[in-house]
Amino acid sequence: MPVERVLPSDEACELINLVRELARDELAPHAAAHEERAEFPRETVRLLGRAGLLGLAYPEEYGGGGMPYEVYLQVLEELASAWAAVALAVSVHTLSCYPVAAFGTDEQRKSFLPDMLGGELLGAYSLSEAMSGSDAGSLQARAKRDGDSYVLSGTKAWVTHGGTADYYNVFCRTSDDARGGVSTFLVPADADGLLPQAPERKMGLRSSPTAQIVLDNVRVPADRLIGNEGDGMRIALSALDGGRLGISAIATGLAQSALDAAVAWAKERQQFGQRIADFQGVSFLLADMATGIEAARAGYLAAARRRDTGLPYGPQAAMSKLFATDTAMRVTTDAVQVFGGYGYTTEYPVERYLREAKVMQIFEGTNQIQRLVIGRHLLSLR
Amino acid sequence: MNIVVCVKQVPDTYEEKKLSDADKTLDRESVEGVMNELDEYAVEEALRLKEAHGGEVTILTMGPEKAVETIRKALSMGADSAVHVVDPALHGSDALATSYALAKALGTIEHDLVILGVESTDARMSVIPAMLAERTGAAQLSFARKVEVDGSTVKIERQTDTGYDVVEAQTPAIVSVVEKINEPRYPSFKGIMAAKKKPLTTLTLADAGIEASNVGLSGSGTSVAEFAARPPKQAGTIVKDEGDGGVKLAEFLASQKII
Ligand SMILES: Cc1cc2nc3c(=O)[nH]c(=O)nc-3n(C[C@H](O)[C@H](O)[C@H](O)COP(=O)(O)OP(=O)(O)OC[C@H]3O[C@@H](n4cnc5c(N)ncnc54)[C@H](O)[C@@H]3O)c2cc1C
Repeated sequence: MPVERVLPSDEACELINLVRELARDELAPHAAAHEERAEFPRETVRLLGRAGLLGLAYPEEYGGGGMPYEVYLQVLEELASAWAAVALAVSVHTLSCYPVAAFGTDEQRKSFLPDMLGGELLGAYSLSEAMSGSDAGSLQARAKRDGDSYVLSGTKAWVTHGGTADYYNVFCRTSDDARGGVSTFLVPADADGLLPQAPERKMGLRSSPTAQIVLDNVRVPADRLIGNEGDGMRIALSALDGGRLGISAIATGLAQSALDAAVAWAKERQQFGQRIADFQGVSFLLADMATGIEAARAGYLAAARRRDTGLPYGPQAAMSKLFATDTAMRVTTDAVQVFGGYGYTTEYPVERYLREAKVMQIFEGTNQIQRLVIGRHLLSLR
Repeated sequence: MNIVVCVKQVPDTYEEKKLSDADKTLDRESVEGVMNELDEYAVEEALRLKEAHGGEVTILTMGPEKAVETIRKALSMGADSAVHVVDPALHGSDALATSYALAKALGTIEHDLVILGVESTDARMSVIPAMLAERTGAAQLSFARKVEVDGSTVKIERQTDTGYDVVEAQTPAIVSVVEKINEPRYPSFKGIMAAKKKPLTTLTLADAGIEASNVGLSGSGTSVAEFAARPPKQAGTIVKDEGDGGVKLAEFLASQKII
């Protein structure tokens, strides 16, 4: 069932219609097979790019769609309900454009953004390292100034689109100061010494490539430094505020698909001479699933509207990510329950949804880290 | 090369279609309308020809107010302008009457080529291209799976049961296309925004010089006398193969007068 959406404009309605058509015809039919083969649908993402979906939330003057976050996130939700890994690609790409868009100089924006938002290129955001996950400030990769350029060395980890991306936002240490020593570089994928490693073999979201990137003395011109030296952590975290809302929307779309599948199954499946949907034990399960999804959607939209009006929204984004991804985990688990044994087989998509939901509680800040962000915010008030 | 693409809004192929009890015409209000699928290929082909040879692409649609959604989709794919023939008196027009109205409307648009799908998914008669050619005196190039334009010469590969024929004509010509011809593009978000600013002309009967007596239910040469819902699906017959499966299958097919 299509979700009934309250959208702010006619354009937004038409955009959602276009996205639904793309999701129905180009995403949904291929998701299961690509997940099985762990194959990234690069051409499908390019198709979305050509439709204008890779720059929706950025200003039109740089080639973006000029859409409010409120609309962009609903686009992500629609995509995710057909194919989570593709929605993630759009979300990570959008995240990868943020440092230049928000912290770049006018010159950097003019020279980099049109291509990044144009739809043909795919970006990556590379903060994590093997020994530096939740404690992002402990990262070890280095960037040394050398004349008119910087030389990057070290190993980044868990890079979504690693090996596939056309450019990387790489966070490296330019001094030993834990928080103030990190800087952001926009590195083209074909830079000498940038060496993507074999993709990780994952439990879910297998069609989204995740890989380590070895930086073997990668030389980049100094105009590839985004913001000032030492701004890196601030840039990384503020990009993640928006990224977390993206993950919230994706988790909501995924949960919606699980609910839709569970409802359809419960109406079909007969036991004890009646539809299982008519057992209160099952319908209450479905009711709780639906309630969680509705609240998750309302949560990310409320945070998005704060962002769209220029209010601070970091804590709300953390709450939304925490709630939406925990909801997706619960809803997808319950969807398998509604399907019974059938749900545990690969014949039906719900076991895949469950595997896909799990990682959403982990990346872009684990849900423990979201609580930490929310807790710190509460203590900083008054 | 200026091209007109005839585009029809049809009920969504994913939905169940109904005839209205009152006048036995297709109920277009209660279902979602979409662009007739083959017309998407026609629009795509026109856009490709325009990209290769220049000129303008105009969308021509006859249909109720609601059909403007479909016109907008064609514009968001990249067509330059549109003409919408809309008048309550057109309601119930059959193929003959429709081709008359479309031919009149075509007369208001300067063009070299008309492209349309070979049929619409609601009526499936596949006669409009031929009727339009007859009415306008333009050459008819039907069932095209490939179109090439060289100056005023239009050459197509006409799809046949066994292969294809090469057919050539001078403009003005009317080309109907099959789905083999191309892969229609999706509109882009920017295309959607741009479509809102493109010229859309609305024509009433009088504007297009259409005689009311030749269109609508009363002006149509054909009418629906009676209709009934399709009977519900019967349970199938299961033939168990005990060495004689082939014979049993053949007997069944013979009993249904299929072989
Ligand atoms: C599929 C996938 C894609 C990814 N894509 C990217 C990407 O594109 N770019 C990128 O930079 N990173 C990416 N990551 C990395 C991801 O952001 C990290 O995995 C995540 O931040 C957690 O870090 P970690 O795995 O090192 O876990 P750890 O930080 O080691 O955490 C282990 C456990 O300890 C808990 N924990 C840690 N610190 C605390 C604390 N202070 N209080 C309470 N609990 C705590 C955590 O919540 C977790 O449960 C991706 C990860 C995956 C799995």
